Amino acid sequence: MEAIARGFVEALGLLFRGDPGVREVLLLSLKVSGTALLFATLIGIPLGAWLGFARFPGRRLVIALIYTGMGFPPVVIGLLVYLFLSRSGPLGFLGWLFNPPAMVLAQTIIAFPLVAGFTMAAVIGVNPGLRQQLLSLGATSWQATLALLREARVGVVVSLVAGFGAIISEVGAVMMVGGNIEGHTRVLTTAIVQLTRMGAFAAAIALGLILLALSFLVNLGMLRLQGRME
Amino acid sequence: MLLVFPSIYACSKTPASITLATTTSTYDSGLLGELIPPFEKEQGVTVKVVAVGSGQALALGERGDADVLLVHDPQAEEDFMAKGLGEVRRRVMYNDFIIVGPPQDPAGIRGLKDAAQALSGIARAGVPFVSRGDNSGTYSKEKALWTKAGITPEGAWYLSAGQGMGETLNLAREKAAYTLSDRATFLSQNKPELEVLVEGDAALQNIYHVIMVKGLSGKEAELARKLMDYFTSAQTQERIASFGVEKYGQRLFFPYPE
Repeated sequence: MEAIARGFVEALGLLFRGDPGVREVLLLSLKVSGTALLFATLIGIPLGAWLGFARFPGRRLVIALIYTGMGFPPVVIGLLVYLFLSRSGPLGFLGWLFNPPAMVLAQTIIAFPLVAGFTMAAVIGVNPGLRQQLLSLGATSWQATLALLREARVGVVVSLVAGFGAIISEVGAVMMVGGNIEGHTRVLTTAIVQLTRMGAFAAAIALGLILLALSFLVNLGMLRLQGRME
Repeated sequence: MLLVFPSIYACSKTPASITLATTTSTYDSGLLGELIPPFEKEQGVTVKVVAVGSGQALALGERGDADVLLVHDPQAEEDFMAKGLGEVRRRVMYNDFIIVGPPQDPAGIRGLKDAAQALSGIARAGVPFVSRGDNSGTYSKEKALWTKAGITPEGAWYLSAGQGMGETLNLAREKAAYTLSDRATFLSQNKPELEVLVEGDAALQNIYHVIMVKGLSGKEAELARKLMDYFTSAQTQERIASFGVEKYGQRLFFPYPE
């Protein structure tokens, strides 16, 4: 109990003093997960929308793969990304391993099935006749898709919340491919693991509280966005 | 997508950097936090420290993902060199392993001078023992001690953690169990629930070597050599000797250049 109380006090101190180490870790977390979410959105929303209305052979298989991806263990993704980016791996020439791009890549792979899956569910939830109707009224396929997404927007925002939540709190994959290098690839989650390992529980709690607060603020922001959309 | 990646890559990567893979003990104890910044400043480079177990550090070297290794698993290191994976290997420092456990010492091993005998005592009493169970130098040492004791550790009392030294100590504390630890990590963690029970056996010596990975070229090779020299330089050796004395009242590492 004492350690937890001390963690709270320390967390407030770290926040208000604007500790440079904490700020660095926080900013990198936001940068990495934010960039990964951007890529996941660019891939996931079109893919999800398309799967939602398109009918083609093998669609079920693709959907099954997306669902599998939604529950894919991040550490396995970390391992695969590690092996691909390793200097002796096929993508080793990029020099991404133990650098932020490796972390972005891993997090993108973790997040995009979530974004695609939830977007698809939202699009399927929209009246199935709408797309046909828009097309018959002369809308281009592109316009009809956009209109469909607009109808499904609440669900689409949920897909982004789910994607972001999964990657900002992820530790196994970023630890493996980022290496938890201080001032370079250390993010909130890996810093918490490091501090716990070092027995520095109060500081670990402090960072944990910051992570929680961040997660809460992002969700709050998304909810407001959703509210304005409804 | 490939176009946007380099932008965050560019802003986070400094002109010159070198990757040092090391064991958790040198990092978690704070030693590298003291040794690395002066080198970075002096050379105007970034040293990217990846703290893993010795086994993983050697594996990173083998795959070419680390340039320099600071590890403490002499047998595995010799195999690494024998396989032609390392360019140079130099001794840097030593400290010792200790057997720690609950102050009540249910297995009655306190003060024993023979580490293998102490482990036999723990096994016989069936008191919980937490093993690193990973590919670390500490785990290699533990396995060697069990072999010396002629015991195959198994049963409900033998807990394989599969984690770093710090987590293993946390686990030992929670389970009121014994464990083998390097002295530096144990002292830097300040765990009053655990005490040093066995120390001083020659078999418990813990030697650290620095290895330059083979196949480096250009700037990387140059920096790797500089870092090797830096670790064994008189000034660094002095820093190693004085590290932690003020804070813990004793040395955590001892200089031991060749």
